[in-house]
Amino acid sequence: MSDFFSMGGYGLYVWGSYLVAIVCIAGEVILVFNRRRTLMKHLSLIHQSNKQEKINETAS
Amino acid sequence: MAINWFKYSSPASFYFLAGKMIPLFSIAAIILGAAGLYIGFFVAPTDFQQGEAYRIIFIHVPAAWLSMFLYVIMAIWSGIGLAFNTRLSSMVATAIAPTGAMFTFLALWTGALWGKPMWGTWWVWDARLTSELILLFLYIGFMSLQAAIDDPRRADKAGAMIALVGVVNIPIIYFSVKWWNTLHQGATVSLTQSPKMATTMLTGMLIMSLACWMYAIAVILIRTRAIILERERHTAWVGELQLQGATR
Repeated sequence: MSDFFSMGGYGLYVWGSYLVAIVCIAGEVILVFNRRRTLMKHLSLIHQSNKQEKINETAS
Repeated sequence: MAINWFKYSSPASFYFLAGKMIPLFSIAAIILGAAGLYIGFFVAPTDFQQGEAYRIIFIHVPAAWLSMFLYVIMAIWSGIGLAFNTRLSSMVATAIAPTGAMFTFLALWTGALWGKPMWGTWWVWDARLTSELILLFLYIGFMSLQAAIDDPRRADKAGAMIALVGVVNIPIIYFSVKWWNTLHQGATVSLTQSPKMATTMLTGMLIMSLACWMYAIAVILIRTRAIILERERHTAWVGELQLQGATR
């Protein structure tokens, strides 16, 4: 097992590559989902305020 | 039966089509990624020259390929958007840039970590490395320029100019190892010669490339959907979506 992690003495380079790759990919996935979530929140806020406006219009 | 080829060039129908395709590409990316890493780390033999350090190849080469392919695809969609004034093509181009930049960075990073033990240096200003660094700057330039322009349609056009002019860099990257004396080795896989590596190594590399492709398509589709909603938020069909509660 420790043989596997040492990668014949090149562990730092091999795992340094794969670790950063995983961090980059995970980071991109998190960012893109955050973007969607913020957008959805924003859209539903607009929707709510539109609905409220219509109710106010009919009331007045 | 007549096929309406332009059906999916409308952002609204593309939005729903992409929504159905994202899970497929995501699952394919996970399965292929797991298979590729398994082959790369447990099946492929130790290299007789480079020992275990060569295993960086299974992420380095796919990242480098993707960085170039994605740029070409981004430029093609930008060009189509510029020529035919199709909104969706420009949105796809905008969605490709961050993923392309990410893969370019990974190609440079893994290359540095591979260069250190093999060449004794993290970085040299040789043609392959320098042109790949320029590719990263092109992606960053494309994104910053688009971010700096408020009107999305004008941002699309300005971005398209950078994307199209920058395409000249792609053959330079690809042929740099032939045209100049570089520290970087020549192509391991080419269309005209049989590959210069063990079959299991090649299989692992190709499967990892496919996994990266599937990942890139999935994440680009998710980003395209977000861009579509951002830009079309005042339209009737997005209003419909909100009524159905589908935007939560």
